[in-house]
Amino acid sequence: MSAILEVQNVVKTYGDYTALNQVSLTIPKGSIYGLLGPNGAGKTSLIRIINQITMPDSGLVLLDGKPLQPNDVQYIGYMPEERGLYKSMKVGEQCLYLAQLKGLSKQEAQKQLKYWFERLEIEGWWNKKIQELSKGMAQKIQFVVTVLHQPKLLILDEPFSGFDPVNANLIKDEIIELNKQGTSVIFSTHRMESVEEMCDHIALIHKSNKLIEGKLTDVKKQFRTNSFEVGILTDNVEGLMYDLTQKFTLSQTDFKSLNDELKLEIQLGTATPNELLHVLVQRGQVTHFMEKIPSVNDIFIQSVTE
Amino acid sequence: MSKLVLIIKREFIAKVRNKSFIVMTFLSPLLFVGIGVFVGFLSSMKADLKTIAVHDESGLFVNEFKSDEEYKYLNLSNVPMSVLKDSIVSEAYEGILFVPKSTDNLVLQKNMQFISNESPGVMFIEDLENTISDKITQDNYIKSGLDTLAIEKANADVSIQLEKASGEESLKGLNEIKIGIGGAFGYLIMMFIVIYGNMVMRSVIEEKTSRIIEVIISSVKPFQLMMGKIIGTSLAGILQFLIWALLGLTAITILSSVFGAQVGAGANAQVMQTAQQEMAGNMQMYLKEILNLPIFTILISFIIYFIGGYFLYSSFYASIGAAVDNETDSQQFLLPIIMPLILGVYIGFFTVMNDPHGTIATVFSMIPLTSPIVMMMRIPFGVPWWQIAISITILFASFFGVVWFASKIYRVGILMYGKKPTWKELLKWLRY
Repeated sequence: MSAILEVQNVVKTYGDYTALNQVSLTIPKGSIYGLLGPNGAGKTSLIRIINQITMPDSGLVLLDGKPLQPNDVQYIGYMPEERGLYKSMKVGEQCLYLAQLKGLSKQEAQKQLKYWFERLEIEGWWNKKIQELSKGMAQKIQFVVTVLHQPKLLILDEPFSGFDPVNANLIKDEIIELNKQGTSVIFSTHRMESVEEMCDHIALIHKSNKLIEGKLTDVKKQFRTNSFEVGILTDNVEGLMYDLTQKFTLSQTDFKSLNDELKLEIQLGTATPNELLHVLVQRGQVTHFMEKIPSVNDIFIQSVTE
Repeated sequence: MSKLVLIIKREFIAKVRNKSFIVMTFLSPLLFVGIGVFVGFLSSMKADLKTIAVHDESGLFVNEFKSDEEYKYLNLSNVPMSVLKDSIVSEAYEGILFVPKSTDNLVLQKNMQFISNESPGVMFIEDLENTISDKITQDNYIKSGLDTLAIEKANADVSIQLEKASGEESLKGLNEIKIGIGGAFGYLIMMFIVIYGNMVMRSVIEEKTSRIIEVIISSVKPFQLMMGKIIGTSLAGILQFLIWALLGLTAITILSSVFGAQVGAGANAQVMQTAQQEMAGNMQMYLKEILNLPIFTILISFIIYFIGGYFLYSSFYASIGAAVDNETDSQQFLLPIIMPLILGVYIGFFTVMNDPHGTIATVFSMIPLTSPIVMMMRIPFGVPWWQIAISITILFASFFGVVWFASKIYRVGILMYGKKPTWKELLKWLRY
């Protein structure tokens, strides 16, 4: 899979402060790429460099294998975290203007606008001013403006903030739909559950440095602890515990279940899952046996606090 | 369509559609005319008739004071001074002129008094003094046995004709006309810079506070946005000026056709005619002189200085707008911008008027921050073309420098939120 965007050794300093220190990323074509990091890690600086709002001090950004050109803005759709539209300008005029700034012809912009306004069922808003719309409505317009010029790469900074759950879902579906049609998405957010749900690749930036990057499943494998959640119904708890502590490290855990079983988290160490199962089946009825997969949230917190 | 044109178009339409623009464009000429009419009305109102009591014990001046519409002189020499003083309020006298009883003019000169409760007008006292001085001088002539008629004939009345070396005749008062014309253009440039510069700044602040700025500059270069804003706003301003000029022309045409007929009808009276002919002769000469002014140079340089000055200053305004979060924070940065503008106007009206080609006037007509105003005021007095050329070159060279400087601050500033930056920080931004 080739890369839609490659960031190579990008350095950005503001005065004495280093915002990005030799950061390199590869965003595969067609992926939904989660760009994670605590506040102030350097995500916004990086996004601004990709959008050519600021220039890196050194390093390269390649779009589709070629260094970024001023004209490349038409291939990128960017929704900043701090949303904004001209308050006293009419919705339709505003969308046309912003689309034309991206390089669309007026006719093409009108065609696209019609499509999106119908799709999101907001045709009636054309002649309204932004200041007459609610925050959520304005957010919808903002999303339309971002995707209007059919960008190859969509950069969304906290895309769901400000939306109610219904509209957030609507926008999420639109993003997934666009992704299916071939749009690559960079997705910067603090909402780990949406990363878990949508992203196939992630990168974690912390204190101006990239800590982790890769396929979500690979990253999870890298962070797996080889421990299992086990549920077992047994009459001889003491016997079971004795057997287990011979080979494994145990701790109490909890998960949802229908039975009143013994719930354990078991660290395998160098042993295999089968060895654990072997011990368990001899002592009782196994009701639950699952590898404990680290969540993005766990990975985030673990990496950042290390 | 190029992005710059798009931005210019949007800025222009946003300004022109604004209600305050429409109101300003059509209301301010009305306001202007209204104030003019009001002032005219006030000055045409007759002042209250003031009564002056004349107590002349010498009897020399009794017939010298002529009552007119404003002042009525009462000869009350028979009434004792003490009574007059007591009745100053009850009789509503503006004042009492007291002339002592004496035949010695030297004594008279020293002992005149004007008694009043309120300070009399300066002009009035001067008139009074002139009348009395004339009378005493006359009296002195007679007493010395001089022939007053001969003296009157001997009095010379000199009026120096001003002439240029090239042989053209000049007129007195022309300097005032010249500074008036230059001043009007210079002042116009200053007003335009202040009004429309502020508008540019406000529009930058609006984009910043509404946070649309990040969306825009992910599509266009900050420099394009800044220039588009400056040009679009100036076009709106030029449209406003054009409308005003058109309204003014229409008003003048209507007024002159109405009043022209009236003057023609009244001109039958013989006395009026001669007076008018004299006036018209003078007017024609002044008109000729005005037409002899380098009008072409004035207009061309007005346009050039107007553009140069406006762009120079509005780049400053744009970068200030970018540096702050709201208008109140902009004050500390605006002061250094307003100062040179005001300095330019003052230098124009005081230094250029007295010495249009002196060192100070010449230097300030070269400094780019003041040259649009000062040079505009100097040009009607005739400035060598090479000086204008140098001044314009400096103006435009520094214009590019300032735009570069301003766009750097602008680029960094529009993405900075929160605290109010200091001058030191602005300088630091130049290195980002």
